[in-house]
Amino acid sequence: MLNINHLTVSVEGKIIIKDLTLAIPLDKVTTLLGPNGAGKSTLAHAIMGSPTCKIEQGTILLNEEDITHKDTSERARKGLFLSFQYPLEVPGVNLANFLRQAYIATHGKIGIFDFKQLLEEKMKVLGIDASFADRNLNEGFSGGEKKRVELLQLAVLQPKLAILDETDSGLDTDALALSAKGINLLKEQGMGVLLITHYDRMLDQIHPEVVHVLVNGKIVKTGDISLAKDVTQQGFQQLQEV
Amino acid sequence: MSEVLTINRDKYDVAAPDTSVKLPEGLSEDIIRKISKDKNEPAWMLQHRLHCFKLFQKFAMPTWGPDLSKLDLNKITFYAKPDAKPNSRSWDDVPEDIKKTFDRLGIPEAERNSLAGVGAQYESQVVYHKLKKELEDQGVIFLDMDVALHKHPKLVKEHFMKCVPPSLHKFAALHGAVWSGGTFLYIPKGVKVEAPLQAYFRMNAARMGQFEHTLIIVEEGAQVHYLEGCSAPVYEEASLHAGCVEVFVKAGARARYSSVENWSKNTYNLNTKRAIVDENAIMEWVNGNLGSGITMLYPCTVLKGDNSKCENLGIAFANKDQNQDTGMKIYHLGKNTKSTIVSKSISKEGGITSYRGLIKIAPGAKNAKANVQCDALMADNKSQSITLPHMEILEPQSETEHEATVSRIQDDQVYYLMSRGLSKQHATQLIVSGFIEPIVKNLPVEYAVELNRLIEMEMEDTLG
Repeated sequence: MLNINHLTVSVEGKIIIKDLTLAIPLDKVTTLLGPNGAGKSTLAHAIMGSPTCKIEQGTILLNEEDITHKDTSERARKGLFLSFQYPLEVPGVNLANFLRQAYIATHGKIGIFDFKQLLEEKMKVLGIDASFADRNLNEGFSGGEKKRVELLQLAVLQPKLAILDETDSGLDTDALALSAKGINLLKEQGMGVLLITHYDRMLDQIHPEVVHVLVNGKIVKTGDISLAKDVTQQGFQQLQEV
Repeated sequence: MSEVLTINRDKYDVAAPDTSVKLPEGLSEDIIRKISKDKNEPAWMLQHRLHCFKLFQKFAMPTWGPDLSKLDLNKITFYAKPDAKPNSRSWDDVPEDIKKTFDRLGIPEAERNSLAGVGAQYESQVVYHKLKKELEDQGVIFLDMDVALHKHPKLVKEHFMKCVPPSLHKFAALHGAVWSGGTFLYIPKGVKVEAPLQAYFRMNAARMGQFEHTLIIVEEGAQVHYLEGCSAPVYEEASLHAGCVEVFVKAGARARYSSVENWSKNTYNLNTKRAIVDENAIMEWVNGNLGSGITMLYPCTVLKGDNSKCENLGIAFANKDQNQDTGMKIYHLGKNTKSTIVSKSISKEGGITSYRGLIKIAPGAKNAKANVQCDALMADNKSQSITLPHMEILEPQSETEHEATVSRIQDDQVYYLMSRGLSKQHATQLIVSGFIEPIVKNLPVEYAVELNRLIEMEMEDTLG
């Protein structure tokens, strides 16, 4: 379980997340819905330990261990993964080589050939062309390609909890279906998912068991898939006053 | 960010016990005569040295670049001979402490890695020289410069300092007066040497300058790749390196010169490198500058013949108290000549990197094309990067492009990589190696590995 207790987070001096308490199971799919500017991404990055997110108060516990002030790489090694809404380009850094090093950092040693096999297998599942292994990390990738490579990284690194920040945006229908298939496979293998979105496009394919609605840095409503349907069809306006 | 990239120079900056015989500090006509006599040189070389010394005395210290006011030429020993038999052909002949020094530099590995020939300069004498039999059979000459002067007097006299004239600047003149050792490489017409030829250089005695001379002649249609790697131990006072590299690339020939210079931080690296390229010939320079307190190095290519080309790749790394003032100079004289320059620099902890380049397109160099790309990466906001491109375009029917970028190691890039489990140091190192990747990928595998290893070592000991 990932427990967020009374968390207040500021970015550049502005409070974005206000006294938020939330429990995210590591064996279920949780969805966080909210309008633009509600603080969804900030929450995701605060969980991952971004240096731009300042924890004003509160704690984050992963399986009861306090990780509130742990460094980002340590959180990754403990099993957290964040699929970025805007993945960064790292020129000159070969994707396959980078992923192998990340795998070694999170899982321990693996030979070059074993890793190559693992990578090819995951690329196949996600419908990613094998040539991507030789490309540089996100360098010159389209928005959709970046998103798919985020999922490839997720599939290779097999974390305990995957936080997917707007993973569905920028994907066409086919890519979305392949991505959902990949995520469902990982879910079956026991991975928790925190799906952050403001659309319901992916919800039909990845069935969330818990749905939270975030507005103005606070959880305003919690429910099941029917809440997600309500909110995405009727808008967030109705929840503003709750 | 600043704690992340810290240079650990300990690996190179260890001086072996000093067993060499040296002349007194400072420079005089008397010392120059002694150097020439000790080497038993022909009269013309002594005359050349004395002529250069006069020029050296006339020239003022250059003031247009980094501050050289702390370089006290009266404190430099201009000639030293190590306690080793010159030109040992087998590793067994090399004295034990010198071997240890080479061990630290990985020379035996380089040897094992089947490099075609190894010439290693220890102080001012080449102590170890090897050339594979098949190359000798092809007429390739790969010798210590001092030996070549005696064995191939005509070839040497014809070319020696004809590419880099002593009148070029103060340190070219100084070099001409006190040069010692270095490499002579001659590739006969049509001979293509596939494996790279390699030499390692190392200064050892405190306050000892190194003035090795490299003369490479690539005859018509021939081909060679020559590699040099340098490293130097720590000194108590400023040390000077004023070597000289001359490359003659004859018609239709192809030469590549790659070097990694990693002198210790209190060294002044004032090297002069120049190539003259005849028609349809190609010259390639690959330069890595990681060490030295002050580096002033601007490899120059004269595209003399029509349809001649040159490609230049440079990497400079400036840490605390380092000033890497580097760049390329290209003279387009022939028609349809083409030059490309890719320069990458990294600065951190207040280090300064400058790209100081010259593109000159002479009248009549029709359809000349020059392309310059300079990228600078700064690890923190204390460091500096300066771009000083100079262009003299005297032929209207030509094309010149210049593009420069300056960037910082982005915190969000580091964070992104860390979110996949990499430590901050590892993440930063990856970003830096990605930045120089376009250059490293052009190096032969064993050299790329060495350069990457040097950069990794420079980033060791960072998260204490």
